[in-house]
Amino acid sequence: MASLRDIQSKINSTKKTKQITKAMQMVSASKLSRAEQNAKAFVPYSEKMQEVVSQIAASDDATHPMLQTRAVKKTGYLVITADRGLAGGYNNNVIREVYRTIQHQHASADEYTVIAAGRFGRDFFKKNNMPIAKEIIGLPDQPDFADIKQIASEAVEMFLEGEIDELVMFYNHYNNAISQEVTSQKLLPLTDLSADTGRAVQSMYEFEPNAEEILKILLPQYAESLIYGALLDAKASEHAARMTAMRNATDNANERIDDLTLTYNRARQAAITQEISEIVSGAAAQQS
Amino acid sequence: MSTVTTSIVTPDGPVLEEDYEMVSCTAENGELGILPGHIPLVAPLKVSSVRLQIQGRTDYVSVSGGFLEVRPDRVTILAQSAERASDIDVDRAEQAKQRAEKRLQDKQANLDQIRAEQALNRAINRLDVASHAR
Repeated sequence: MASLRDIQSKINSTKKTKQITKAMQMVSASKLSRAEQNAKAFVPYSEKMQEVVSQIAASDDATHPMLQTRAVKKTGYLVITADRGLAGGYNNNVIREVYRTIQHQHASADEYTVIAAGRFGRDFFKKNNMPIAKEIIGLPDQPDFADIKQIASEAVEMFLEGEIDELVMFYNHYNNAISQEVTSQKLLPLTDLSADTGRAVQSMYEFEPNAEEILKILLPQYAESLIYGALLDAKASEHAARMTAMRNATDNANERIDDLTLTYNRARQAAITQEISEIVSGAAAQQS
Repeated sequence: MSTVTTSIVTPDGPVLEEDYEMVSCTAENGELGILPGHIPLVAPLKVSSVRLQIQGRTDYVSVSGGFLEVRPDRVTILAQSAERASDIDVDRAEQAKQRAEKRLQDKQANLDQIRAEQALNRAINRLDVASHAR
């Protein structure tokens, strides 16, 4: 059996680990509530954007390459992961899903390219010799639109220039604090726009200069805003996943401390019992 | 005098939501002045200032990458970034301006040139709007 001192030092080190995981849990919890606020602040913009874009796209005379499906020769995958680990299955779930999709859909590396947001995704695809077209790491925990703007517009440009023929996003969708699920969303071409045309009839707009010119400016902005929305969603998931992971770690540490304390007390009692029996037998030996 | 509810919304949240008598802004095709009761209109905006007038007072907001949506009772400006004159960080804008000017002088690849010009444009616009801060 381990000595008393060994057990005591194990208890102490577990307690220190617990302090850290507990602190990380609380940090993530506060980051999560900030991330939720950010996601909420984004809603009015995205809703309005969607409304206007779908109304313009619904008018027949407007066409734009971003609205048209073309033969897919090359697919772009935009993968949003975290820069740091310690978030349970957060990163692995996304990466596994993307990897499976790619293995399933594509025979050679010429048929796809990856746009990696987040260090974990980038490192994985690099390690597996998969093509990475763009990458961005070091996104802050509470990203601004300006942080993502460049890579978003570059991704959209790749589509417009014909470098890729469709763009699919993979990220963790935030359901609530304890459940996040991997989601894939086809971003480009924008095909599901005209679904919401109920209000289009009600107010027809004048376009200045004309619908086509406006689409040319609006659609890239719309796609960028969708990417930003996904990033906000993913960030909220990241903090939630990390919070859950750290809570589990704290719980495990507690359990381990309890077990170790029990073992420690048993060992202590055994030592005392042994000492008493030694004294008693010593005394008995002297009397006889 | 009648007013029109104006809101300016960015991906980082709403910047402004108030009633104004007149909204003037610079669209791609030129200046637009919107009074209450305007017909529905959509127009993309330049990197520029939006001027909002109410009771002899004018509020200035810098916008970039945005467009304007008008309904008879409502004006919505959706922009990738927008700041009220009083919220603009003048030092930062000044630095951005110098950075962009320096990059323009370096004369690198074409794409960088365009980006630098855009950045310069935005910085100048911000500084211009900031000068109207009350």
